[in-house]
Amino acid sequence: MKFGVVVFPGSNCDHDAWFAVSNNLGQKAEFIWHDATNLGDVDAVILPGGFAYGDYLRCGAIAKFSPVMQSVRKFAADGGLVLGICNGFQILAESGLLPGVLLKNRGLRFACKPVPLRVETTNSPFTSDAAQGQRLVMPIAHGEGCYVADERTLDRLEAEDRVVLRYLDNPNGSMRDIAGILSEERNVMGLMPHPERATEPLMGSTDGLVILQSMVSAVAHASVLCGS
Amino acid sequence: MTPQVIQAHQLTAAEYEKIVALLGREPTYTELGIFSVMWSEHCSYKSSRIHLKKLPTRSKLVLQGPGENAGIIDIGGGYAIAFKIESHNHPSFIEPFQGAATGVGGILRDIFTMGARPIAVMDALRFGPLDISRNRRILQGVVSGIAHYGNCFGVPTVGGECVFEECYNGNPLVNVFALGVFKKDEVFYGKAKGVGNPVIYVGAKTGRDGIHGASMASAEFTEESKQKRPNVQVGDPFLEKLLLEACLEAMQTGAIVGIQDMGAAGLTCSTCEMGSRAETGVEIDLQYVPQRETGMTPYEIMLSESQERMLLVAEKGREEEVFRVFRKWGLDAVTVGRVTPDGILRVKDHGQVVAEISNRALADEAPIYDRPHTKPYRSAPLQPPGELPAGDVRADLIALLESGDICSKRWIWEQYDYTVRTNTIEGPGADAAIVRIKETGTSIAISLDGNARYCALDPREGTKLIVAECCRNLSTAGAFPVAATNNLNFGNPERPEIMAQIVASIEGMAEACEYFETPITGGNVSLYNETLGEAIYPTPVMGIVGLMKTAKSTPIHFQEPDRAVILLGGFGKCDNLRFGGTQYAKVILNALWGLPPALDMDYEKRVHQAIREIVAGGLAESAHDLSDGGLAVALAEAGFGSAGLGAHIQVPTAKRQEFQLFHEGPSRIVLSTSQPENVLSIARKFGVEAVEIGVTMKERLRIDCGSETLLDCDLTELMRPWETSLERTLHQT
Repeated sequence: MKFGVVVFPGSNCDHDAWFAVSNNLGQKAEFIWHDATNLGDVDAVILPGGFAYGDYLRCGAIAKFSPVMQSVRKFAADGGLVLGICNGFQILAESGLLPGVLLKNRGLRFACKPVPLRVETTNSPFTSDAAQGQRLVMPIAHGEGCYVADERTLDRLEAEDRVVLRYLDNPNGSMRDIAGILSEERNVMGLMPHPERATEPLMGSTDGLVILQSMVSAVAHASVLCGS
Repeated sequence: MTPQVIQAHQLTAAEYEKIVALLGREPTYTELGIFSVMWSEHCSYKSSRIHLKKLPTRSKLVLQGPGENAGIIDIGGGYAIAFKIESHNHPSFIEPFQGAATGVGGILRDIFTMGARPIAVMDALRFGPLDISRNRRILQGVVSGIAHYGNCFGVPTVGGECVFEECYNGNPLVNVFALGVFKKDEVFYGKAKGVGNPVIYVGAKTGRDGIHGASMASAEFTEESKQKRPNVQVGDPFLEKLLLEACLEAMQTGAIVGIQDMGAAGLTCSTCEMGSRAETGVEIDLQYVPQRETGMTPYEIMLSESQERMLLVAEKGREEEVFRVFRKWGLDAVTVGRVTPDGILRVKDHGQVVAEISNRALADEAPIYDRPHTKPYRSAPLQPPGELPAGDVRADLIALLESGDICSKRWIWEQYDYTVRTNTIEGPGADAAIVRIKETGTSIAISLDGNARYCALDPREGTKLIVAECCRNLSTAGAFPVAATNNLNFGNPERPEIMAQIVASIEGMAEACEYFETPITGGNVSLYNETLGEAIYPTPVMGIVGLMKTAKSTPIHFQEPDRAVILLGGFGKCDNLRFGGTQYAKVILNALWGLPPALDMDYEKRVHQAIREIVAGGLAESAHDLSDGGLAVALAEAGFGSAGLGAHIQVPTAKRQEFQLFHEGPSRIVLSTSQPENVLSIARKFGVEAVEIGVTMKERLRIDCGSETLLDCDLTELMRPWETSLERTLHQT
């Protein structure tokens, strides 16, 4: 399977995502430049962490207008898997592909540390290989990761089983401890923690692999279905 | 030129005469400005140069020593690392956030201008005590500035150190270390080679910010200094990230001949240094320089220290290959001049010559001073202030653990992204930071250290102790120390007793770096760290790097209960005189006296060899070197891991228990092991004392002396004050 890793000017976890996929997951990965008007033959897209276009206005606010996001929108509408990590989550929220917004952390400071998470649903192409309620440890590294949405949206996310990951020890003030959510069609996921930074023992955790591995399983499953 | 104008440029009358002699005429106003920055202390090292020559700079692994943008070390497998430390002290006092941020930006450019991709940053910080609200604001500003720049740029800040002393009240120190990696045959140098080649300006546009930054950094602080805020530059880490990617990509085209960043003294420094190194001339016309303000004079353009700019020389006819890369990244790239054969820096403005100076005169013929030096200045007495009061071990240990220098710095380093690039094997809070090199299976261990109290008592011995501690940190992590960079922070060198501190410190550094085989590959000198005539303590900061095989590192925390605890190096010796520089003296007795701990370099080196062999053999489950606060603090810190394990320790009877528990004698490491016999036999082999002092145990730290219990308490009683102290202090109103 081939992952496409989008590179915006200011992305700085693009290489980490590429390395996690190609070195630690054993799958193909290629970079997609921000002005690309098509995504080529990739099976899934990762929007990596960083500070796209400097994030001077509001995280992700400029990135949503980039040419590549037109293609990502179409890719998602056609059912393609899109994973937004950290800044990638912020961009997906700004683009309207996921509900809610990411505000400054409670405490107003950037926070970098490993955090424990709970898998809230395995009914998604990003967590199908995990166990319900499984505890995962991954690093966070963000200044604006406080997930905020109105009560109706939050209720709906929960009612539709679209909260994928929750913090066990909320590090940023996110509403209802939300660390990651799914789109309505469940093929787009955004999360603030960094699964790509938890993909080999030297990184201190391998818990991020289950997210990427689930995507591989989902794509393999889909291609079997298409083939039959 | 009136004497006032010359003085305003911080040039002496004699220096001005030398300028006139070199030019054979009076300088123009623009030329005077150019000379003033190039001959400033910051750019010319005029007071320290003759002493810096005493430092060892060579080894089999050193590919590039001092004099370039950064030093380079061969790490094997076809790869090399470039690293250096640099200060941004003065700007950080005037404007803490931008001062510190641009400090990070500047050192990162020094690394990637050589073609290396930055993979680690560390910082050494010094502030005045935090009970003064201004110092709290400075610390918060500096930390946010470092976080802002490093996090956005995408380089992990993997560690550092932070110390508080009265003497930094009006003069905080911000020293930033950066390290990058590249293929060893793809190194780029700041040389304007090839007559006729185009000189190309890339990156941010030039503004009026930072004019005279280099000369500001070469003067003492006065009441008027805060008015120099416009001299502080403003950083844009996003632009720097683009500049990094564009430069590295442009270097791959093969069209770039030489490249140098525009740091201190901006366009002036980059043009004349590149010309001087290549023995060529450089001619530029300022009308082509991208400008973000209107009506800038040649003087302003030449002296601007706007950030995120580079100057490069490309092969003639291949400009378009370079431009294409910079266009892709949305950056300005403009030909502003060309390389000439005459060795002259010729600056034109719309064709009219505004400055014409020999590159060598600017870069290499700056005055060099052998400033008079007497006995190093010291204000501390030799004898302690009266009879030392008897201590209370538990209360003293807690007071030390929550003191500014020893307490956990988590509040600071959690604001730094220390895991980006997924190379961080050991991040902040360890004895040494460790980053792996993915391409080679090698890891780089880095230790940044300074101890100004020791240096205030004896700059020579104090500096040797710093080198020894860095190498001990690296060895405890299992790494082999290979090279060093230094940041010399001192007061006014025109005062003979301050100059004597500088000389003694450099000589001590030379001796220790020679002995521990860690040549100096570059560094930075920051003088005039004085406010209203009060100098800081002599504060040399060392950054030493070591090499090791990539593997999981030995933690500093105890891992399993019922393991033998061994004090490698032994209890060491201490007396009244040698106790006066310790943290105990500072925190508990509020005094500074005597001499720093005694160092036996031969013994120290054997301790390093022993611990490396112990760690390499997988014999140590944990290892932590003793430094600030001595044995008791090291034992407590080893107990602050997630396993919740302390230890039950026996110490021999001693005349003064405070000395035994809190003295800071070097050459000591506390480790835990399941194979004490093997550890002891390695120690014997190297002629190093090793004492089995106890066993690890759950939840408590207990220290017995014979039948007397000196300390017996729950780890949380020690850990909570240590962990929460900084945050509590900072959030007071």
